[in-house]
Amino acid sequence: MSTTDREPGKVRGDVRAATDGDTYVEGASAGEGPHSAQETRTGVGRDRGAKEIPMVPKDRPRTYYDRPVVKPPVWKPEIPWYLFTGGLGGASSVLAYAATLSGNRPLAKRSWFLALLGISASPLLLISDLGRPERFFNMLRVFKITSPMSVGSWLLVANGAAAAPAALGQLLGFPKGLGRRAEPVAALLGPPLATYTGVLLANTSIPAWSEARMELPLLFASGGAASAGAAAAIVTPTGYAGPARRLALAGAAGEVINTELMKRRLGPLASAYEQGEVGRYEKIARACTVTGGALIAGAGRRRAGAVAGGALLLAGALVKRWAVFKAGIASAEDPHQTVGPQRQRLEERKG
Amino acid sequence: MSPATLLETPAWPDSYGDEAKPRVGFFTDTSVCIGCKACEVACKEWNQIPEDPQGYTGTSYDNSAELGANRWRHVAFIEQRVEVNGVEGSAPDSWVQEAQRQQLVDQGVETQEDDAGFRWLMSSDVCKHCTEAACLDVCPTGSLFRTEFGTVVVQEDICNGCGYCVVACPFGVLDQRKGDGRVWKCTLCYDRLQDDMEPACAHACPTDSIQFGELDELRERAEQRVEKLHERGISEARLYGHDTDDGVGGFGAFFLLLDEPETYRLPPDPVVTTRHLGENWKHAGVAALALAGAVVGAFLGGRR
Repeated sequence: MSTTDREPGKVRGDVRAATDGDTYVEGASAGEGPHSAQETRTGVGRDRGAKEIPMVPKDRPRTYYDRPVVKPPVWKPEIPWYLFTGGLGGASSVLAYAATLSGNRPLAKRSWFLALLGISASPLLLISDLGRPERFFNMLRVFKITSPMSVGSWLLVANGAAAAPAALGQLLGFPKGLGRRAEPVAALLGPPLATYTGVLLANTSIPAWSEARMELPLLFASGGAASAGAAAAIVTPTGYAGPARRLALAGAAGEVINTELMKRRLGPLASAYEQGEVGRYEKIARACTVTGGALIAGAGRRRAGAVAGGALLLAGALVKRWAVFKAGIASAEDPHQTVGPQRQRLEERKG
Repeated sequence: MSPATLLETPAWPDSYGDEAKPRVGFFTDTSVCIGCKACEVACKEWNQIPEDPQGYTGTSYDNSAELGANRWRHVAFIEQRVEVNGVEGSAPDSWVQEAQRQQLVDQGVETQEDDAGFRWLMSSDVCKHCTEAACLDVCPTGSLFRTEFGTVVVQEDICNGCGYCVVACPFGVLDQRKGDGRVWKCTLCYDRLQDDMEPACAHACPTDSIQFGELDELRERAEQRVEKLHERGISEARLYGHDTDDGVGGFGAFFLLLDEPETYRLPPDPVVTTRHLGENWKHAGVAALALAGAVVGAFLGGRR
């Protein structure tokens, strides 16, 4: 079902379905067309439909010619990239501040640089994704707690305002006083920047995202930690990069664990993360993260090990964001993912 | 422009004071819809919506497929095999019963093909103008707003095409217009309402399947209609979206359906995303603390 081409106007189905009774019935059994409540017919097609979403009562996986109920995101590739840069930037701020406090200058400098990098790339990606980029400033007309996009826009502005002087103060020695005062602010604003994106996705009508509301912020926090730690481990002399390596490992473990927890909670909806292209992304992300983590843990004190392991962890975190993004598209395009849980909820309420 | 701080989305009618008008909406009675698509055409004409030909769907006589940026009314065509006297898709055993059924069809009560065991359902779908509208809640620019009539409208001079409302809507109503970048949807003919005219679709509907009016009155009328249909033996008639206790606080545009909502591409139990917002923010807060904790742990735990 999920492999079907769903471009507008190219709905799967046989033209004969409308005219030839038998063909129509077969098609209907596969959950393609709308059928009446009275139908109790079972068949190969019906079983196939039921297997994908077992939570749908067997006799009614009904849809409107298999068309999606909710709209898939119109977001462009900038958004999964943004999920990555926001996580990297936000987590780097905290790492940088902690390194500053602990007197680890080499790590502090490099982490502040990475924070600035991630936090400056993020708004550029977001603006580029807009249908009307020149109207980005309309985001700052209002502040709405009900809109994670609004909260995120303000978070980005605040993060930029804090991380820029903090990083420049550390790297260039100017502005010194302002930079010093901005450091704790940047460290405070970094983690929310890395995790609010989980709410951004969860606060939608897309089942594979909204039902993962518990794990998505933790998953993105983990990805941020893995990215910040890995990036810092790559560019910092290994003698100073111990905390970065440990953060990277904690992040990698968090990514793997939260992915599992998320899939377990999602139940049948987890198929959005497992099938087709998304499933391949998931496997690549997992392989990168696990191998990268092993390299950092085993050979992270050597330059080559830190670079190879760090690069793999960064790749794992990035591909993971892509997998989550694409899973949302797959979930939105499958009407059974929308209708199934809702129908089950209704049946349960009826008792 | 000075950034205004709005912790709550503007509510109707309180935020309008004396300017508030009674809440209006649609009652779409699909039992009398004949699938003429006059509403689609009238809507396109009045609102000057660009064409978007998409060829034949190949699944039914419905070739306009779904609501979107360039289609604010959409008539669904559903072709169904139904049970006749306990036998699926067969000719009727009793011609008397069939004649009675035909009479209902003639009265326009039932949307029923004369071919026994086969029926067509038609339904004109539209933006629901929810009491608790997800699109309005998530709009980061304040482009989406609630009008003095209690309807939900996109201000096209504000929308920056972020696309968040597209994924927030539980009905898949909103979409970004290609080449334009902004998001468009039914305005319930806001311009016509301001001139005391009914929306174009309701005006064009030849069978009064689309009824426009004050919402309270429409709800009463719908109750009576569904009762009448039940009396006539059409037990499958039901209202969809009239209940103010549902997941979106009731629709401003609700329906009388002859089958389960999902048959019409409508979600059976839609819930506004905002209902989980507090929980969502809490999880983000916990995750942010965990991230900060992990960093602290990385410095405390072990050799450099």
